[in-house]
Amino acid sequence: MRDEDVLIVQEPELTAAERLYLPQIFDGLRTTLRHVFSLKRRAQIVCEYPEVKREEIGAMRTSNYRGVHRLNKDPDGRVACVACFMCSTACPAHCIHIEAGESPWPDREKYPVRFDIDELRCIYCGMCEEACPVDAIELTPHYELVGRTRQEMIFDKAKLLQIYEETKAIKPRRNPPITDYGLTGGQGREVAEPNNERKI
Amino acid sequence: MIDPTVARIERLLRNPLVLIAAVAVLTAPAVLLAWLLWPWYGAFVQGLLADPFWFPLLFMLFVLVMILNATALCILAERKIAGFTQDRRGPNRVGFWGLLQPLADGLKFLFKEDIIPANVDRGLFLLAPCLALVPALIGFAIIPWAGEVRWPWMPADAPPVSTQAASLDVGFLYLLAVGSLGVYGIVLAGYASNNKYSFYGGMRATAQMISYELPMGLALLCLLMTAGSLRPEEIVAQQAGSGVWYVFLHPLAFLLLLTSAFAETNRAPFDLAEAEQELVGGFHTEYSSMKFAMFFLAEYAHMITGSALMVALFFGGWHFWGLPGAADTSWVAMLLRLTVYVTKVVVFIGLFMMIRWTIPRFRFDQLMRIAWLGMLPAGVVLLAGTAVLAACGLARNVWACLTLNVAVLAGMLLYVGRSRRPVTGRQPDLPPVSVGAVS
Repeated sequence: MRDEDVLIVQEPELTAAERLYLPQIFDGLRTTLRHVFSLKRRAQIVCEYPEVKREEIGAMRTSNYRGVHRLNKDPDGRVACVACFMCSTACPAHCIHIEAGESPWPDREKYPVRFDIDELRCIYCGMCEEACPVDAIELTPHYELVGRTRQEMIFDKAKLLQIYEETKAIKPRRNPPITDYGLTGGQGREVAEPNNERKI
Repeated sequence: MIDPTVARIERLLRNPLVLIAAVAVLTAPAVLLAWLLWPWYGAFVQGLLADPFWFPLLFMLFVLVMILNATALCILAERKIAGFTQDRRGPNRVGFWGLLQPLADGLKFLFKEDIIPANVDRGLFLLAPCLALVPALIGFAIIPWAGEVRWPWMPADAPPVSTQAASLDVGFLYLLAVGSLGVYGIVLAGYASNNKYSFYGGMRATAQMISYELPMGLALLCLLMTAGSLRPEEIVAQQAGSGVWYVFLHPLAFLLLLTSAFAETNRAPFDLAEAEQELVGGFHTEYSSMKFAMFFLAEYAHMITGSALMVALFFGGWHFWGLPGAADTSWVAMLLRLTVYVTKVVVFIGLFMMIRWTIPRFRFDQLMRIAWLGMLPAGVVLLAGTAVLAACGLARNVWACLTLNVAVLAGMLLYVGRSRRPVTGRQPDLPPVSVGAVS
């Protein structure tokens, strides 16, 4: 970081009335009281969760909601993951455990023999999704995630693939992925424009 | 998916008729029993109620029970108001409109594991919640709830009984003394927890209490000079007699008292002692279960005491224009006065809650600056002015007092407008930061 990158934000000069606090307090009270008595607005905004769900009333963007994970399948129905360990490296909560094996298919070198995610340790930050070179791991809009034991909440490969089957209707696999690594589903290449404005 | 049985129970509890029926079924046997046995103990109860010593005590017991219930309801009200200000609905799952929520909260607190950490100072750790709660509750003794009453069965020449438990000469000084004892609970909790964040919380509470006792004392001194008495019942009687509440005489003194009351109760915007974001809960971090609940109760009881005090001193207590005054000692008038008093207290509690959900917390230096550079000088000037007015015999002249208050307020504005901006934050004349200078 360079000195010229540091922005020094000056606190705005307060007027005498603002420094007396009282007019500001009354102003704030007016705002909160308006909200207290806006019954109509409240009835419109609030959805009461177990009976009504956000996605049902269209109040949730399913495309970027970060719920439970899934492991995508490629068009041939094989697991898309190439066991590169990028996600488990990127994971700040260390909740992804992968065991790689030699791939039985000719188009890639490795595939995950085991792929476990501890959904209780996960903080749902989406870094794994960002890190994945083949867009194999993704977060889905499913958020109702319960279990009776801790062991039950460690999702293995089969479970994650099953979640893909369950959720591919509401969130189709992103296509094309940013790489064309073999047959993992990529049909094209899409490279983001480099951001020239950004200072490093 | 909700479990259907759970959903059915929830729906049943949310039916208001079920709630009313349950209350009726639970209270009916007790009422029936009391009515059936009335010939045996009726005379005794009437005697107790007519006794000038026992009636105030019984009334006090009644008020105490009411207040303990009210604190539970206050917590519901607080959560409701919090919800409403944020366009939410607040708790509404337990019972009709969430009315059984206090019960659910209480049960939860009772059944939670009561943890005493290994390295705490055990004695003080156990003592602190009691020390927090007790002062908040014994303050009510001097509140003149509803004037005096003469029951229909009392002989005509008997003196009416008072609805005030203790009529003390020291009056609201007692309330001040007891109220500031409450901070011991917080300080000891912070100290005994053996946790640096709790300790910070306790220290902050102490510093805050010391700072805000002063403007509070000054405001009350202004009132004392105006009223000439420390007895709350007499102050209320004066306001009821003239029909002019003291808030019309001394709005500034009332504002000082109100602000200090916020600080005394340790509530937002002065809740630095518990500041969740900075101190992970402050003094009550290490407390769990019922001991935590006691701190909670203490805060709300403190709030009710503070409101009751302000109503008595500045808002005419049980007085309201057009309603029967102190001379009417029938029990109907007494109930009316009690209703007026309680309504005023409820309005104040509403204000406390609205303020909490409106204003962000002060920083500690801001807190100190407000107390020492804002409220204290204003209080001193106001006190001096009131003293001059009192010496001239104008202490209860509305226009003289109002002029004084407005003048002090204008002076504050002028002073604040001309004074230099306090130095906070990063200043432009400091050398620029160079984070990357290491390499």
